[in-house]
Amino acid sequence: MTKYIPTIGIECHVQLCTKTKLFSEVDNDARLKEPNSCVSPVDYGLPGMLPRLNQEAVKYAVRAGLALNSAINLESRFDRKHYYYPDLPKGYQITQMFHPIIGEGYVELPNGNKVRIEHAHLEEDAGKLSHESGYSLVDLNRAGTPLVEIVSMPDIHSASEARDYTKELWRLMTYAGVTYGDLYNGNMRFDVNISIAEEGSNELGTRTEVKNLNSFRSVERAVEYEVKRQSKLLEKGEKVIQETRGWSDATGETTGQRSKEVAADYRYMPEPDLAPIRLSSEEVEAEKQKLPKMPSWYRSKFHDVLGADLVEVLLDYPQLMSKLAELTSNNAAVKKIANLFSSVLLAEENTSLLNDELPTKEQLLALVEMNEKNELSSTGMKEVFLKFFDPEMHYKDTRTIAKELGVVQENDTEALEAIVDTVLAKPETQKAQEDFKAGQEKVLGFLVGQVMKESKGKANPSSVQEILRSKLS
Amino acid sequence: MKIANREQSAVELVREALAKAHEYQDEYHVFNWINDDAIRKAEEIDQRIAQGEEVGKLAGVPYALKDNFLSPEGESTASALILEGFNSPVTATAVKKLEAEGAIMIGRTNLDAFAHGSSTENSYYGPTKNSKDVERVAGGSSGGSAVAVALGIVPFALGTDTGGSIRQPASFNGVYGLKPTYGAISRYGVVAMASSTDCIGFFTHEAEDLDLLMGVVAGQDKNDQTTLPDFYRESTAKTVKKVGIIKDFDNEAVNSEIREALKRKIGTLKAQGYEIIELEMPALKYALAAYYIIVPAEVSSNLSRHDGVRYGYRSADASSLGELYENTRNEGFMPENKRRIMIGNFVLSSGFYDAYYLKAAKARTLIINEYAKAFEKCDVILTPVAPNPAFKLGEKINDPVAMYLEDVMSVPLNLAGVPGLTVPAGKTKSGLDLGLQLVGPRRSDRTLVEFAKVLEEVK
Repeated sequence: MTKYIPTIGIECHVQLCTKTKLFSEVDNDARLKEPNSCVSPVDYGLPGMLPRLNQEAVKYAVRAGLALNSAINLESRFDRKHYYYPDLPKGYQITQMFHPIIGEGYVELPNGNKVRIEHAHLEEDAGKLSHESGYSLVDLNRAGTPLVEIVSMPDIHSASEARDYTKELWRLMTYAGVTYGDLYNGNMRFDVNISIAEEGSNELGTRTEVKNLNSFRSVERAVEYEVKRQSKLLEKGEKVIQETRGWSDATGETTGQRSKEVAADYRYMPEPDLAPIRLSSEEVEAEKQKLPKMPSWYRSKFHDVLGADLVEVLLDYPQLMSKLAELTSNNAAVKKIANLFSSVLLAEENTSLLNDELPTKEQLLALVEMNEKNELSSTGMKEVFLKFFDPEMHYKDTRTIAKELGVVQENDTEALEAIVDTVLAKPETQKAQEDFKAGQEKVLGFLVGQVMKESKGKANPSSVQEILRSKLS
Repeated sequence: MKIANREQSAVELVREALAKAHEYQDEYHVFNWINDDAIRKAEEIDQRIAQGEEVGKLAGVPYALKDNFLSPEGESTASALILEGFNSPVTATAVKKLEAEGAIMIGRTNLDAFAHGSSTENSYYGPTKNSKDVERVAGGSSGGSAVAVALGIVPFALGTDTGGSIRQPASFNGVYGLKPTYGAISRYGVVAMASSTDCIGFFTHEAEDLDLLMGVVAGQDKNDQTTLPDFYRESTAKTVKKVGIIKDFDNEAVNSEIREALKRKIGTLKAQGYEIIELEMPALKYALAAYYIIVPAEVSSNLSRHDGVRYGYRSADASSLGELYENTRNEGFMPENKRRIMIGNFVLSSGFYDAYYLKAAKARTLIINEYAKAFEKCDVILTPVAPNPAFKLGEKINDPVAMYLEDVMSVPLNLAGVPGLTVPAGKTKSGLDLGLQLVGPRRSDRTLVEFAKVLEEVK
C-alpha cells in the first residue's frame, strides 16, 4: 500500500478580549447577555455609520504578533471583503487583505518543530445565526468583535502535530492575555487545510478545507478523518475535489459544503473610511515590555526541576504557571507545589477550584516549609492545600489552617517518647514487643500504628519508628 | 451676518419658510417631507430670547436638509424606496452642530436616489424642477436643496457633493454652493455614496453666509476618522493675486454662453489687476474615467448593507434568503443605483481589480499631483462647473454617458480632495442661471469664500 504524507496549514481566528468592539464603543463581552443587546448603530450597519478604530485592539494585535515571534508591520491597512449573509450587517467584513499588521513569524511546538506563520491580520467578527424550522434568528452581539486571524504555512504533517500546533497557539494567545481563550464559546476557531501526497513526491495534492473547528481534539480527529478519506479516494484512483468541508463531532466525519470553483468572489477593496494604522517602533517596544512570560520561558525555567511532562501538563493552566513563577527562588517549593497542582487541583473532582483565586505565595511557601520541617505529612499538606480554596478559610495563614484542622505533627522527642512508653506499657502490645525482639520486623508497623492512634494522628511516623527501635533494641 | 441678522422672530422666519415650502411644493417638488413641527422649535427659541437666555449663532434660522442626512426628524429616505419608512435613531454630526446653534430644519429635500445623478431625476419620488424653468432639471444630486435656496424658501440648505452634487445644481439655480476640502466636515450620519470623495457642504444666497456655516459645522469628529484636524477657524484667507484658468476646458464641448461668462469674469479680474495664469493640466482628462470606476466601486460596497434584513424596505415576495436579497434590492433601488452597483461589482471582481480599480487609483494620484503643481503657479483656479446650463427634463435620462459627461469639470476636485465653490455668473439669453467654480488647494476653503465675496463686489 502507498504511503501518503499529509500537508496541513491552519488558519486560526482569535477573538480579542478588548473592552469594546473593533469599530464601535459597545461592550465586547457578550457572555450571559441577551441577544442583540451589545450592538451599536455601527455594528448594526445603519446607513451613514462609520467605523471608529479601537486602539486597544491594535495593541492586542501587536501583542499577539509578538507572541508569534512575528515582525510587526508599522503601517497596515484595512480592506473590505464583500459577501451577503444576515450575520454580516454591512454586506462586507472589514479585514486586512493586502497590508496585515502582523508579518512572518513562527510557533515552536513542544517537540521542537517550528511552524512558520505566513501573516496574521486584524478583522471584525460576524454575528451568529441560529436556524429554526422555517426561519432563522440573527444575533449581532458578536458582530464587530475584534479578531486576529493567524495564517500558518503548510508546515504540519500529522494529525497530532496539528493538535499540538492549535494547542500551542491557544497557549500563546492566552499567555499573551489577548483572548479569554474559551474554546467552547468560540473564542478560538480553526480552519484546517489538508492535502496528501505520496511519500517522496515533490508535488502537493489537492487540498480540502475543514472549517470552524473549535477544539484541539476535533482538529486532530478531522485531520485523521480527512487523511483516511483522501487516501481511500486516491487508492481507488479517484480525485480529491478542492472544497470546503464541515466537521461533525457527533459522527466524527467531514462532509462537503461547497466547491471552491463556485466560491464567492469577495471583491476586496481598500477600506476608504479608515486611515492606515501607523505604529512607531517605540509603541511596539512598549507592547513587548507588557508581554507576560510566555510558555517558552516557563519551559526553560522549569524543565530541569519538574521534567518536560509535568511542565506540558501545567502549561495548559496559565494561572498555575504564573503562580509557580512567584516561587522560582525556591526549587524545592516549585516542585512540591507543582505536584500539589497536578495531583490535587487537576484531579477531576477538584477542577472546579481552578476558577477560584489561587493561594498566596506566602501560604504556599509556609505550606512547603511545614512539610519540610515534618510538621505536616504529605496527607496533611494536601488537606491544608484544599482549605486554601475554602471560602471560610482561604484568608487565614497556613499554620492557623493546619492547627484548626489538627494536622500539625508532633515532633517533640520527649513528648513522643512519653507516648511510646504509654503504648509499650499496655498489655496488648506485649506480644508484639517480644516478637519484634525475636526478629519479626513486620510487627513494627503494628506498634507504630498503636502510637499513632494514641497521639491521635499527630505523631510523625518516622520519628516514632526511630524511638521504638531504640527502645526495643 | 445676513442670516443671523434677526429682524424677525424665529416663529415668523419659520412660518414664512414653511408657507413658501408648501406654496412651491406642487410646482417644483423641492421636498420629500416638510417639517410642520418646526414651528414648535421656533417658539422655543423665541421664548428663550424673551427670557434673555443666550441662543446660538443660527437661532431661529430655517434651513433645508438633503434627505440623505440622518436625523430622527422625518424618514431619512435618500429618495430611494429601499429606505422608505426608515426612521433614524442617529443624528448626523453636521445636523447636530447646526441644531446646537439653533438652526431649524423645515424640510428634507429631494435628491437623485442615493445621490446618484446630476439632475435629481433619479429620485424615487420624481424630479425637482429648475427654479427658473420648470421644464428643466434642477441639477443634482442635491437638486432639492439648491432650489430651496434659489426660490428663497430658506437662507441656506445642506447638501452633499461626491462629484459635483452641490456645485452643479448651485450653478443651475444661481446660488452659492460650497464643496469643502475632503474631511473638513464629518460624514457621520450621512448616507454614504462614495466614502473617499463624499463631502458635506452648503447652498446660500450670499458668500458671507458660507463663512458662518463653515465656522459652525467644520471640524474634526471622533466618529469620522477621515475628518481633518480643525483648520477652518484657524486658517486665514490668502490674498488672491493669481487666478488660474484651464486651457483644455475652453473647447467646443462647453456651451458658448458659459465660455463667454468665464471670459467676461476673467476680463473683469484682469482689469482689477489680477494676474491670469493659463494652466495645462493634462491629467484631468483621466478624471471622469477614474471617477466612474472608483465611485461605483465604493457605491457598490456602501450599498451592500441595504438587504431588507434589518431596516427599510423589504420585498413582500420572497421565499428564500436569496430571493429576499434579490427582490428587495431589485425593487428598492432605482435603475441608476443598479447601474452603479453593477459597474462597481465588475471593477472589483477578481481578475479585473488591477485593470480597473488599481489603474484608476493611480490616475487619481496623477490628478492630485496635477493640482499640487497648478497651485504652485496660482492661488485659485476659475473654471466652468458643467459643460451646459440646466438641460430639459428627460433630455439625458436615457443616455447615462451624456449624463456622466455633465460631471467632467466637477469630478476632478473630488478625486483630489480639493475644495470648490460655485459662484453665480449671470444668466443665459433665455434666462437660465450660469455659475463658475473657484478651486483652491486643500484647506484653502476660507480663501475661496473670501475671494467669492470679492467677486460678488466686482461683478
